Amino acid sequence: MYRYDEIDQAVVDQRVAQFRDQVSRRLSGELSEDEFKPLRLMNGLYLQLHAYMLRVAIPYGTLSAVQMRKLADIARRYDKGYAHFTTRQNLQYNWPKLEDTPDLLAELASVEMHAIQTSGNCIRNVTTDQFAGVAADEIDDPRVYAEVIRQWSTFHPEFSFLPRKFKIALTGAPHDRAAIKVHDIGLIVRRDDAGNLGFEVVVGGGQGRTPMIGKTIREFLPKAYLLSYLEAIMRVYNQYGRRDNMYKARIKILVHEIGAEKFAQEVEAEWEQIRHTATDIPPEEEARVRSFFSAPAYRRFDGTDAGFAAKKLEDRAFALWVRTNVVAHKQPGYAIANISLKPVGKPPGDATADQMDAVADLAEQFSFSEIRVTHEQNLVLPDVAEADLYALWQRLRDHGLATPNIGLISDIIACPGLDYCALANARSIPIAQQLSERFSDLDRQHDLGELRLKISGCINACGHHHVGHIGILGVDRKGEEYYQITLGGAADEDAAVGEIVGPAVASDELTDAIENIITTYVGLRQNGERFIDTYRRVGRAPFKERLYDAG
Amino acid sequence: MTLVRDREVITSPWPTAEIDGEVPILSLDDWNVRRDELRGGNAPLGIRLASDQGADTVADDVDRFSVIELEFPTFKDGRAYSTARLLRERHGFRGELRAVGNVLRDQLSFMHRCGFNAFEVDGEDAADQLRLALRELGAWYQWTGDGRPTAARLRRSGQTERVQG
Repeated sequence: MYRYDEIDQAVVDQRVAQFRDQVSRRLSGELSEDEFKPLRLMNGLYLQLHAYMLRVAIPYGTLSAVQMRKLADIARRYDKGYAHFTTRQNLQYNWPKLEDTPDLLAELASVEMHAIQTSGNCIRNVTTDQFAGVAADEIDDPRVYAEVIRQWSTFHPEFSFLPRKFKIALTGAPHDRAAIKVHDIGLIVRRDDAGNLGFEVVVGGGQGRTPMIGKTIREFLPKAYLLSYLEAIMRVYNQYGRRDNMYKARIKILVHEIGAEKFAQEVEAEWEQIRHTATDIPPEEEARVRSFFSAPAYRRFDGTDAGFAAKKLEDRAFALWVRTNVVAHKQPGYAIANISLKPVGKPPGDATADQMDAVADLAEQFSFSEIRVTHEQNLVLPDVAEADLYALWQRLRDHGLATPNIGLISDIIACPGLDYCALANARSIPIAQQLSERFSDLDRQHDLGELRLKISGCINACGHHHVGHIGILGVDRKGEEYYQITLGGAADEDAAVGEIVGPAVASDELTDAIENIITTYVGLRQNGERFIDTYRRVGRAPFKERLYDAG
Repeated sequence: MTLVRDREVITSPWPTAEIDGEVPILSLDDWNVRRDELRGGNAPLGIRLASDQGADTVADDVDRFSVIELEFPTFKDGRAYSTARLLRERHGFRGELRAVGNVLRDQLSFMHRCGFNAFEVDGEDAADQLRLALRELGAWYQWTGDGRPTAARLRRSGQTERVQG
């Protein structure tokens, strides 16, 4: 993975020093809370319902074992012994003290990490495929470009006060695991007819109160022009994005209002003017960054490991875990192992410090010391030999980390909701817990197959409900928590926004309503099709009809 | 409010015109009305652009102004960063580019990199604030028209140790 040089280290160290000064000015009273707010927000420090919350950037979801151990250490020393992995591959501490935050940031800097631009109206942490570099279907490793974008976007002098926050995601594979079409900019690595590498550029996707699927504004951008093209998009947005209404300030509204074609023309015209400046990095800089992502020293295996195949036959629990949590690797004899952070009845995405330490140890032992964070709030060990999978699974089980539910109904995305968040209308975590308990039967979950259930506690949609096969949105109805259900959303290359299926239901009726949806699906599915395929085939009506049936 | 020019605290690639006394500053509306009368003169002249008045509004006239003021109605309105870069890098403005309005210490280094070289800042210690602010970050990844070497350029020439942490 990428390692800082003197420049990268200087940037984060200087930031820590700057923030230490800002916090001391706040603590001495020289800065009021109002004056301090924009400064702390630029360092990912939010004031939530009960306490400060610090959001730590995990650039494109990649962590080393050393970094994970540091995150665990911080959770113990500065928080209550746990942390929360978010839908943007970041990590949040929910209980740090203001006076501790400069030290906390210094701890992060000591392992080449930071909280820069994890909030505020700037370019946020760039996200990508959690299987980058190891996916069997990959065209090129997106981490190379993600790191280039990370550096370019860090303290960009022109684009640090945009109309609204700005999120960039990219995928190096045609199967989109990074939800790029619901980002402000989504990049898909492509090859042109001559075999040259470049990107399809998608702009104006997003969730929130106006969900939109991004539009392609350029079919193929040669990779050498990545930064100048991004800069052209940002400049058009910075000048013409709406600033009169924060709910209409995202780039998706601009693209929608002037039309994708006109927006593309503006970008192309701007790009013509700057594509020959020094905005783009030279090829040797790309090569330097790429060198950090070369494949580890894989062992040579011929064919599938006999022991692995035998264990699957003898141990059904292991076989179930392999079925959902293990994914094909590009290297023969290796596998990608997903670690579910969605055990039955626990808040999605939370991990204790002990679990984080365990994952760090297992990464060192089994996966070349590398860990990934997924936007579905799970973890990944990307490089595990098939021969080691059984031993890994046993160790994961010891730590409550072997839940075999990746991609199933209990692998729920949920925002922190009203338990933590100052913006929420309703709780998300108890709803996720309730549902994961109702559908805890593993055989049933496996029978239902792939089913993406996502919960947001308010219309800001941090829990991605718009793109859930089943989406649940918390709404406030005269002080009561109600939940609106949407169906048919998807976050992958066939991205779609879910449709509302009927009036919102009270929290004590929600689980039964979801049960009715599932029963309807099981009755209608043909030839083992997925929930989303059935929904696309039959539409909303049969689900709507039976949504409120008494159980 | 104190007006601090960057040559008082830090070197800049933009040669600010030596200005004696106050320069009259017109609004864009005034300029558009009086353009024919004033375009040909040599008396020092300035213009002030609101944040929704982009660089294109004065693109053909930049050589006539000694001073261009760009407004930040609130610190959150970042349009003037783009306007500044366009005035410097595309339209070749060589005079004094002033940041006025809600100009906060913690934004000065961004403004400076976009081509501002004069800042209207609150407080008696404004010059000291500017000096400190411009030193807080010593390394940059992005190219702008100010010519400062980017991280990629320092790496290529093996000069990464020039950056002080």
